[in-house]
Amino acid sequence: MSAQNVATDSLELKPGLEGVIDDWSSDQRAFKNVPWGKAMMWIFLVSDTFIFGCFLASYMTVRMSTLDPWPSSSEVFALSFGGAPIPLILIAIMTFVLITSSGTMALAVNFGYRKDKRTTFWLLIVTAILGATFVGMQVFEWSKLIMDEGVRPWGNPMGAAQFGSVFFMVTGFHGTHVTIGVIFLFIMAYKVSKGHLDEQKPGWFTKRGGNYEEIEIMGLYWHFVDLVWVFIFAFFYLW
Amino acid sequence: MEHTAHDESSFVRPAEMGEMELYHPKTWLGKYVFCQDAKVIAIQYAATALAIGLVALVLSWFMRLQLAWPNTFSFIDPAYYLQAVTMHGMIMVVYLLTALFLGGFGNYLIPLMVGARDMVFPWLNMVSFWVYFTAVLLLTASFFVGGGSTGAGWTLYPPQAILPGTPGSQAGILLMLASLAVFIIGFTMGGLNYVVTVLQARTRGMSLMRMPLTIWGIFTATVLALFAFPALFVSAIMMSLDVLLGTSFFMPAIVSMGSEAEHVGGNPLLFQHLFWFFGHPEVYIVALPAFGIVSDLISVHARKNIFGYRMMVWAIVIIGALSFVVWAHHMYVSGMNPYFGFFFATTTLIVAIPTALKVYNWVLTLWQGNIHLTTPMLFAIAFLLFFVNGGMTGLFLGNSTVSMPLSDTLFVVAHFHMVMAVAPVMVVCGAIYHWYPKISGRWYHEGMAKFHFWTTFVGSYLVFLPMHYLGIMGVPRRYFEITGTTFLPESAHAVNASITIAALVVGFAQLVFLFNLIWSAFKGEKAPGNPWNATTLEWQTEHTPPQHGNFGKDLPCVYRWAYDYSVPGHEDDFVPQNVPPRSMTA
Repeated sequence: MSAQNVATDSLELKPGLEGVIDDWSSDQRAFKNVPWGKAMMWIFLVSDTFIFGCFLASYMTVRMSTLDPWPSSSEVFALSFGGAPIPLILIAIMTFVLITSSGTMALAVNFGYRKDKRTTFWLLIVTAILGATFVGMQVFEWSKLIMDEGVRPWGNPMGAAQFGSVFFMVTGFHGTHVTIGVIFLFIMAYKVSKGHLDEQKPGWFTKRGGNYEEIEIMGLYWHFVDLVWVFIFAFFYLW
Repeated sequence: MEHTAHDESSFVRPAEMGEMELYHPKTWLGKYVFCQDAKVIAIQYAATALAIGLVALVLSWFMRLQLAWPNTFSFIDPAYYLQAVTMHGMIMVVYLLTALFLGGFGNYLIPLMVGARDMVFPWLNMVSFWVYFTAVLLLTASFFVGGGSTGAGWTLYPPQAILPGTPGSQAGILLMLASLAVFIIGFTMGGLNYVVTVLQARTRGMSLMRMPLTIWGIFTATVLALFAFPALFVSAIMMSLDVLLGTSFFMPAIVSMGSEAEHVGGNPLLFQHLFWFFGHPEVYIVALPAFGIVSDLISVHARKNIFGYRMMVWAIVIIGALSFVVWAHHMYVSGMNPYFGFFFATTTLIVAIPTALKVYNWVLTLWQGNIHLTTPMLFAIAFLLFFVNGGMTGLFLGNSTVSMPLSDTLFVVAHFHMVMAVAPVMVVCGAIYHWYPKISGRWYHEGMAKFHFWTTFVGSYLVFLPMHYLGIMGVPRRYFEITGTTFLPESAHAVNASITIAALVVGFAQLVFLFNLIWSAFKGEKAPGNPWNATTLEWQTEHTPPQHGNFGKDLPCVYRWAYDYSVPGHEDDFVPQNVPPRSMTA
């Protein structure tokens, strides 16, 4: 019986700073009522923050160090509808889609804890489809940049070579995160529909008995990926 | 384990969680190869690390042979020499010391010392080792590809690392970067496990401030690694793209060997900042577990509580935090803004405060202790000597103005070998001897151990002390040969030769050490469960070596800190952590 993952073993906790000090000076657990997987996901996300932080810091450094002019993002990322270019329209839609998926994810977590398998399943599927749509639009954006505008990782006709290098590297790395998330969302949806979480059937990744907190842990990752996108959006497209 | 009748509920709170579910392997492969028991994973990590460390040891011999008797050995050409320098450094720092301290000691000691049955995610832990193993294979493969392994120096600075003329500038550097990236992925899997086990899976009564300092050191180092390795991961990706796709992250417009390279507008300093943002915490990733372990060795073998336990914990944490704001002291001569030098010199010198505090506390623990000069204790004392020596020269190099003339001389080599190579290796040896009876259930051979200690201790001094003088004389590091340089007297060459002889002897002593470990595992005398009369939980296990699940039917409860040695009014000179207050009779 893997009770360490079960949320029912909750303790009465003191509120506020005093409670934090109490928890950290106590035995057994520093974060009371926090399952192992969730603690691990949080620490992983901090580590991952350092990765994206390094990427963005590097982007700013090469943008300053290059001598060629940086291409104007509002022109490069514009789409034409009926002859008139609309700046940043694709990115606006992509951002909207991804942020919406955060909303459906949060709902899925909530319905999961209510053990409403059917609704949870569909919310996870919707989240995954929104994520996949985002990746699809990213593929479209990449192909447009590569085919129509001649942007390559090693150079482009508009200006600094680093524009393409950084763009493909950072959005590619973020897109990989989204793709991994989509895959796990589909797996999770499958597990929910089959009732694996009710039976506490061990998952293939951690080999610990499953339960509905897994959806929340999955959600942490998903919200993180969305949050990173907000920064990428701000630094790449608006600056 | 002590099973006295007592009302434990008045001393420790009830369990918050149910028992950890253990995985029981059904096949031979699952039991010995893809094993999920942290103790087996620890031994796999340690064995792999020591094996690849042996390669690095041999590389250092080649390096020294060339320096002592230039051009006598036909197989050592300049390219080969640079490759030996590079791979020796990289293997020792990342693949030996990091993997051994965190993957080896971390895996073995964390669950046992905090009173857990295993790591929180054993399967992930197992994968972590095999990913690390893959990284080692990639690294080894780079010796055999065309052009050989990279010879860019362990810092892998671009532009030279990927320009023709540097050995291994094509396949060698790519395999190196791939190996590092894979290592980081594998480490992250293990590291998350270590951190969560310490934070969330301690036994009843084991508060953070009752943990042995060994665990504090390993825990803090793991946190550092989780936050520092990302910078190396990112720079490995960017440099690979520079090589593979011709991007220019780190590559400025440059004329290489008479022709213009195809790069433009990149920033080589960016790599140095990223590398050292990883590289400096890396020093503490190696040093902090050593600090922690040596505290326990000194306390156990001096039969005295550690002096200033809380200070020791906070010093570890503060050193860890400071390690993230000192990185550019490695870059005083890189051409960065000189004002940076001022900032980083200041933060660097501040590190000396908690570090000196630790040294004082170690010495004060020894003060009037009942010192047993066992092999682990000898190594612990040797650590103190090397560490103080290396720490002192750190003050020279941390000052930007003093550092300038010493940059890129053997003084730097002497400094970091003293402080982060020999000193932690002393702890590694001491710790292996200390826990050997628990891990193998047998005693190591005392004679071989003493021979190993004295040869390593005296020999390492003979290697690295003279290097300081050579460095002050201006002998540059990484040079293939220094013959024909008029500013160096003939005696400098004699010193170089004597260093090499000492290095060969020290290397030989390590072979004796490894032989001792293997031989004693079969032929050694049977060891009792708690041969050192130590207080921490790993010595209180039902079986020696501990079985899968570590403890017997019940997990131990912890009633006290880890340092109840020579408690006044108590019969024995130690009280194990799991002895309840009421059963403590005078």
